[in-house]
Amino acid sequence: MHDTSSKTIVLSGSHNKFGEQVLKRAGTNFNRCLHCQSCASGCPFTGAMDYLPNRIIRLVQFGQIQPALESATIWACVACNTCSIQCPMAIDIPGVMDALRQMAIENGHQIAEPDVLNFHREVLNTIERYGRTHKLEIMLRYKIKKRDWFTDLNVGLKMLAKRKLDLTPSRVSDIGRIRQLFKKSSKDA
Amino acid sequence: MTDPAIHKYSYFPGCSLATTAKENNASMVAFCRKIGVELVELEDWNCCGSSSAHSIDSELAAALPARNLSLAPEGRPLLVACPSCLLRLRQAQLHLLQNKDQQQWYQGTFDRPVDTQLEILHFFELLERLDISDVMPDAFERLKGLRFAPYYGCMLARPPELRHEKNYYGLMEKVLTSLGASPVHWRFASRCCGTFLSVVRPDVVTPMVNSIVDGARQAGAECVITACAMCHLNLEVRCRLPDSVPILHFSEALSLALGTAESDGWFSRHLVDPRPMLEQRGLLHSNG
Ligand code: SF4
Ligand code: SF4
Repeated sequence: MHDTSSKTIVLSGSHNKFGEQVLKRAGTNFNRCLHCQSCASGCPFTGAMDYLPNRIIRLVQFGQIQPALESATIWACVACNTCSIQCPMAIDIPGVMDALRQMAIENGHQIAEPDVLNFHREVLNTIERYGRTHKLEIMLRYKIKKRDWFTDLNVGLKMLAKRKLDLTPSRVSDIGRIRQLFKKSSKDA
Repeated sequence: MTDPAIHKYSYFPGCSLATTAKENNASMVAFCRKIGVELVELEDWNCCGSSSAHSIDSELAAALPARNLSLAPEGRPLLVACPSCLLRLRQAQLHLLQNKDQQQWYQGTFDRPVDTQLEILHFFELLERLDISDVMPDAFERLKGLRFAPYYGCMLARPPELRHEKNYYGLMEKVLTSLGASPVHWRFASRCCGTFLSVVRPDVVTPMVNSIVDGARQAGAECVITACAMCHLNLEVRCRLPDSVPILHFSEALSLALGTAESDGWFSRHLVDPRPMLEQRGLLHSNG
């Protein structure tokens, strides 16, 4: 018997549009999830998450768009596959996180960890400019956006002293092709 | 297998080895040359997209590796040094295989075919194919007594679609043990290093890295040996322990066994200087 009071979550079965969209994008059937929590027990980054990885899956199954897309978890996930390698149902959990992150950006949801998004954007920016990542520039631009110069200053200086941060980028010469790939991707998005 | 060029591989170093981890690159190339494997760097290769492309732009995560696949000369396997690049390249290739339209679009854009059959292999797979006693006949016992903590990070974990590929857990122990070194048993061999969270959330990664390095020390290791340049960097820059241990690239350890390690060009770039420990062990020579 379904309780229709507003507090009850009704499992919407095939009418969970959100779940279908995530499924299509991620290309992995998270509805197989047993909620055994192997993923959550193995994940090294649950300390930076608000929902455990299997609870994110639960939110998607329940059609809970906002909590899923606005969670910190999707940004803390580094796609290390520690979870998916031990998932008994072979669910590509980081693939689900990729899908949710991109849907959060596209649909203008609040980004729980804007620093992570900024970092990813700066990485892609240097790839668009040079064809390869340029760590010094990524760090400087990331820091400018964050307006935080002092955290990690000593790490940066040590890396410079050890010649680990090149001043000039390593470049692809056929950069036109790379830019074309970026253009195509932003057109399709 | 009678191909005379069988020991010639195309080589994809990736951004880390080209910049922050030049010593990883140099030791990899030097080691391969010494054992008769010629690495020919993929001409004009581009970044595989790193963690960021698949995180926020799946299309780029497919497109960037595709260009690299189009650059590889036919009939020569592509050796990849970085485990993350390897994963990105293989996954993109798998998706491309399943999508003919995309294949054609790339082909048109790059003006050349994208090799969906290209054999892509990691440095581990190359080693596994070789007989160490054959290619390093003089290196036996060279690392005698060196107690190391083998660190794989997340490289052995793969997404479900690639999970049936061979797993190389224990390969570093196998190879280095045959060269005289002794692995310690410890808990953190496959603990992820934190990758990009090291930049964005040092508050989360620092304690994690501390416990990894401390775990190695407590297990009696004199050094940690890593198979991934990103792991190497994170273990070095995020460790806040007063008594850290040196972190060596696997390729450096192999070169040490061959006596081809370059003290100045490689070890001087480490944040925790491994030279005192290596000298004590008699592993560094004056030419180095
Ligand atoms: S390990 Fe797999 S099946 Fe178990 S809770 Fe996590 S996603 Fe679900
Ligand atoms: S892939 Fe993401 S969710 Fe899975 S263990 Fe790694 S960080 Fe945690």
